[in-house]
Amino acid sequence: MLAFLIQRVLQAIFVMLMVSLFAFSLFHYVGDPVLNMLGQEATEADRAALRAQLGLDQPVVVQFWNFIVNAVQLEFGISYRSARPVTEMILERLPATLELAIVSAIFAVVLGIVFGVYTAIARGSLLSKFIMAVSLIGVSLPTFLIGVLLIYLFAVNLGWLPAFGRGETVRIGSWWTTGLLTASGLRSLILPAITLGLFQLTLIMRLVRAEMLEVLRTDYIKFARARGLPQRVVNLRHALKNTLIPVITIIGLQLGTIIAFAIITETVFQWPGVGALFITAVRFVDIPLMAAYLMMIALVFVLINLVVDLLYYVVDPRLRVPGGSK
Amino acid sequence: MLKNIVFACALAVATVAIAAAEPLRWTRSADGLTLDPHAQNEGPTHALNHQIFDTLVFRDMDLILQPGLATKWYIQPDNPRVWVFEIRRGVSFHEGQALTAHDVVFSLNRARHEYSDMRGLLTSIKEVRAADDYTVHVETEAPNPLLPNNLTNLFIMSREWAKQHGVENPQNYAAGEETYAVRNANGTGPFRVKSREPDVRTVLVRNDSYWGIKHFPMEISELIFTPIESAATRVAALLSGEVDLLQETPVQDIGRLGNVPGIRNEQGAENRTIFLGMDMGSPRLRTSNAKNNPFADRRVREAINLAVDATTIQRTVMRGNSQPAGVIVPPFVNGYPKDLDRVVPADLDRARKLMAEAGYGNGFRVTLHCPNDRYVNDEQICQAVVSMLSRIGITVDLVAQTRSLHFAELARGEYDFYLLGWGVPTLDSEYVFNYLYHTKKGDRGTWNFTGYSNPRVDELTVAMGREIDVDARNAMMEEAWRIVHADIVYIPIHHQMLTWSMRDNIDFKVQSENTPHFKYLKFKR
Repeated sequence: MLAFLIQRVLQAIFVMLMVSLFAFSLFHYVGDPVLNMLGQEATEADRAALRAQLGLDQPVVVQFWNFIVNAVQLEFGISYRSARPVTEMILERLPATLELAIVSAIFAVVLGIVFGVYTAIARGSLLSKFIMAVSLIGVSLPTFLIGVLLIYLFAVNLGWLPAFGRGETVRIGSWWTTGLLTASGLRSLILPAITLGLFQLTLIMRLVRAEMLEVLRTDYIKFARARGLPQRVVNLRHALKNTLIPVITIIGLQLGTIIAFAIITETVFQWPGVGALFITAVRFVDIPLMAAYLMMIALVFVLINLVVDLLYYVVDPRLRVPGGSK
Repeated sequence: MLKNIVFACALAVATVAIAAAEPLRWTRSADGLTLDPHAQNEGPTHALNHQIFDTLVFRDMDLILQPGLATKWYIQPDNPRVWVFEIRRGVSFHEGQALTAHDVVFSLNRARHEYSDMRGLLTSIKEVRAADDYTVHVETEAPNPLLPNNLTNLFIMSREWAKQHGVENPQNYAAGEETYAVRNANGTGPFRVKSREPDVRTVLVRNDSYWGIKHFPMEISELIFTPIESAATRVAALLSGEVDLLQETPVQDIGRLGNVPGIRNEQGAENRTIFLGMDMGSPRLRTSNAKNNPFADRRVREAINLAVDATTIQRTVMRGNSQPAGVIVPPFVNGYPKDLDRVVPADLDRARKLMAEAGYGNGFRVTLHCPNDRYVNDEQICQAVVSMLSRIGITVDLVAQTRSLHFAELARGEYDFYLLGWGVPTLDSEYVFNYLYHTKKGDRGTWNFTGYSNPRVDELTVAMGREIDVDARNAMMEEAWRIVHADIVYIPIHHQMLTWSMRDNIDFKVQSENTPHFKYLKFKR
């Protein structure tokens, strides 16, 4: 167990290093931050001085090394754009993204499973045909378009929900802010959560439906029916339970995607999360912020994968055999 | 009895004041980068800081220079190198400190510090000193008639406050820490900061002890600023009633918003002209198959000028929201050559003839570089130029990319043919000559990537920066404009227009620098 864990952690560190190296070599193609930082009256000498001040005149390898040394100490420097510590900026924005991601994940999982089960059981019904048709929209329309359409329908035409922002927030503890405790915060959450979760919803729904159809054909379901068990028990207890194993794997992996893909939804809804922060950083070539964000996203994916791997280890006895211990 | 009358009057006055005050929710695409007034020389940052701080002089909604913290300013009669500023009395900062000449001296020196981004506007200054508590003398290296024009975004801070919070110098990025002034401000301006979440929401409340409370309408009780980056969402927020005033209305939505009941558009010329630049100085072009440099030939430049149809670009690309141009400065700039700002009508026959005369009858190939997120419809303008030039045999390859790349490569002098937009913060032609026409050498001609070099223009540029006699200066500017216009250094396309959209109970007009002064805003009733 310990050997497996150490091996996994070493792999994770290697992945993080690769991601940061890759990110750093990319920054050179994003543009020159110095031009954004100085006004048009600045001279070439001014720019050179600022470049030296920021260490941008050094070779990429040296810059990368300095970044790693600082990153290990959780020191990501200050933003070129707003002159504030990058770690603080990300922490300040993180609650908004996590709340949005979690709410839209719950929305996607609950509705995805319900619709998936329903469309599998009542395959021929009009409603399930309708749900399947609508789910095609979720799969095929790009996120930003869904967001804009929702805004125009529910904010502009109907006037029911706000078009942008997070509403009023409440501070919990020293740095966490939540919009879940105020009416305006909850209202603001609805449209972005739907926008972000719609793709995952349709994905989960189609997966559950396919798995359900598969399981419903198996012998033990026939036996269960033959035993005279009620339809509800057969469907939910016997069938659904056995479809959930691949679904859970997908949900785990999709959670990382939801956090990373929040960028587009956050931009459309001016949601004050880390994704929107990242987009602004890219426009400005705010290297410290971009680097810290990419490291954070890499960390999220690496951690999720690590947890998934460890869960497999716990769940699947075959993985434990070669080690022999326990 | 008397006491009661006084009380009733006071109550009446108070009621009127309360009735007149309303909150205003304001949005635009970008937030100010910092509240430190000397750390960034950038439009949205200045626009926000103008609500909180004051400058010695400022441009009002019609761009006229108005007294701010200086009540009078003039060149010292016996010494043309010294500007005298008489400081307004009885002004206090939001936290209570009284304003004196020492705060002004401190602020100007802070802005001249090596970490200040405002330094570029103050390079002519030799020394700033307080003659007494309410008089400031600014001595320049040489006579500088334009000094006050360079001070319109130069905000005055409290010396005592800066000392107290350790922010005597602007941000130093190498130090790697946030300074107190980034998120806290103590100005003398019409609004105080109530709360600030950068990029999310900034709430300002009216400063009831503002020195100008009687001079300006000051009808906004609370100014709530929420930047919205996505253009569609910004418009939706106005339509759904979540904001009251929208700066930078996207061109494609202007027509639509104009038809919505309860919303109106205000339009005006922006302080920015869009034009094309060509490298005429290099012996050969980097991206062309031509043997020599075709741009070095005036006939080729004239042909391009005749082929690029600014009127068509205005009609199709800009949907009418621009003013086709014949020169590269907008009309309100001092020294603007009105008779030259005439659009050259497209004349393809003559253009083809000129190309043939220059020896390029079969055309040539060149790459045009263009930003795609900097100016209004910048990429589409370039696409139009590509098809217009193909009609006179010039095959143009278009490279449109984000501003951070475009301006970095432009600054390295890597472009043969490029699109650029230019605003004139000093509102004086000298600025344009200094940065765009003077030979690229040292501190001058820093944005002249054309290789254009004309000794007479250089001479006039330096002279107009020092001449304090108005008539003599005007003559210099006129001569210089005639020379560069005849030489066809740039191909002007249009002056950009600005559109602000707002609820129709708001009485406010567009300010051409895109800097709203909300102390002027009135509500209709």
